Amino acid sequence: MRHEVMFAGFGGQGIMLIGQMLAYAGMNEGKQAVWLPSYGPEMRGGTAYCIVQVSDDPIGSPVVANPMNAAVMNRPSLDKFGPEVKPGGLLLINSSLIPDTSKRTDISILNVGCNQIANEEGTGKAANMVILGALIGATKMVKPKSIEDMIEYQFGKKGKRKLVDINIRIFNRGLDIGKTSVKDRK
Amino acid sequence: MKGNEAIGEAAVCAGCLNYFAYPITPQSEVAEYLSRRLPEVGGTFLQGESEVAVSYMLFGASAAGERVFTTSSSPGISLMAEGMSYLSGAQLPVVIVNIVRGGPGLGGILPAQSDYMQAVKGAGHGDYHVLVLAPAGVQEAVDLTIDAFTLAERYSNPVLILGDGMIGQMMEPVEFPDPETIPPPQPRPWATTGMKDRRQNLIRSLFLSPDSLEYNNMHLRAKYDAMERDEVRYESYHAERKMDVLIVAYGTMARICKTAVDVLREQGLKVGLVRPISLYPYPMQVVHEAAQKAKDVLVVELSTGQMVEDVHHAVAGSRPVHFFGKTGGNIPPPDRIADEVRKLLVKKPGKSRKTGRKS
Repeated sequence: MRHEVMFAGFGGQGIMLIGQMLAYAGMNEGKQAVWLPSYGPEMRGGTAYCIVQVSDDPIGSPVVANPMNAAVMNRPSLDKFGPEVKPGGLLLINSSLIPDTSKRTDISILNVGCNQIANEEGTGKAANMVILGALIGATKMVKPKSIEDMIEYQFGKKGKRKLVDINIRIFNRGLDIGKTSVKDRK
Repeated sequence: MKGNEAIGEAAVCAGCLNYFAYPITPQSEVAEYLSRRLPEVGGTFLQGESEVAVSYMLFGASAAGERVFTTSSSPGISLMAEGMSYLSGAQLPVVIVNIVRGGPGLGGILPAQSDYMQAVKGAGHGDYHVLVLAPAGVQEAVDLTIDAFTLAERYSNPVLILGDGMIGQMMEPVEFPDPETIPPPQPRPWATTGMKDRRQNLIRSLFLSPDSLEYNNMHLRAKYDAMERDEVRYESYHAERKMDVLIVAYGTMARICKTAVDVLREQGLKVGLVRPISLYPYPMQVVHEAAQKAKDVLVVELSTGQMVEDVHHAVAGSRPVHFFGKTGGNIPPPDRIADEVRKLLVKKPGKSRKTGRKS
């Protein structure tokens, strides 16, 4: 089984970070993983994206033109990558910053108010954890526990216990949204 | 680990404690990583004032008997071209990594394979070759970097790792070998370590008398012949049986082609891949023999056609050789390559197929 996802948003939203956390989580489960960043002449506030693949078998092409899953955190990313999602795939949209949604009917669309949910839990900075949670909930790409371990690793090493707890809480809010969406579709 | 960091750690793992470099995208993370890592193990990281200077820092350290390496990207490698010629003439073992970006000139900073000619045919002047190895992923970049130190010493010759921006920037899981399994540095009795009680050691590339220069040239040629005999490396993927199309590609491009081969084979098309790992010495015989099992040969590169010349040379007119290339940092996904293969499979009744390049 091979999973692929493209995360996209603007620089500073933690797009690269959630991509890396997912890749590490996959690796820690003993799977193959590839994280491929965009690294153009980027600037703060510019578009950033990365592609992550997690697979039981060796991964061939690190480049994926039409990903099965995409998570877009801002408007330009929706315009750019929304049309690229593979038919039958899943598109997660950060509805806090993107008032519109995709008009495609050949894919599943999940609108998640990432910034709003993160703000409710106390920090808008962790909107990326909401979308990561929703993705994991909807696709079961890796075990939620593996991501929680990565949150522990990522924020715990800075000695910030509070940050670990809050990020895990926010991640789990996203996770529930993802899981519920799958039930609703059935 | 990110490819660039993994290459840095591989060198440390191989017991190389000297790294001289000048930063350039997309490989600056190697310098960033080693500036932190080398002091931990008692090594030396030194940023040169230019890539030209770096190439002679390599010369000096290698002549003094040390394992040494550098990394750079295309424009920086051009500046080291003179040094590479001197290093080869003086037969000094060094490891150079080129994380290729687009060119010519400053070009861009995205992945490319447009330095094949420079790497394989010789960037500098004079009758010389460097041994060139091309990894297709982060683990292989680690393995080849470690091997490169042994090979450089075996042949007393520079070894070049030809990667690309994607190898440098991509993260993949990697395993490092137990350092005890890595061959220790060979003794270098020729090194300039201070005369004390032996005769003077002289390291040079200047041979003014015709016979002594020819002697050096012939000695180098004998080394290259030995490399061509013993150091050819390649991967063959579904290229053992009869095929409609044989794809030849190297590095990350080959990896993308591999997925294209899987896609096409699932649809019942007979497609195989040969991936040269050593670009010099080039697996001429392997490509020739694989081509005999195919109707057409397709070369795929992130350039406007460089390795395709060696494939033409290997196939020697026995099969039509086609070419597909993308540049500028545009990387064709597997489906795009599959389309190119399908184009070749469309039957063209009554028409004789031309041998030659198509883009």
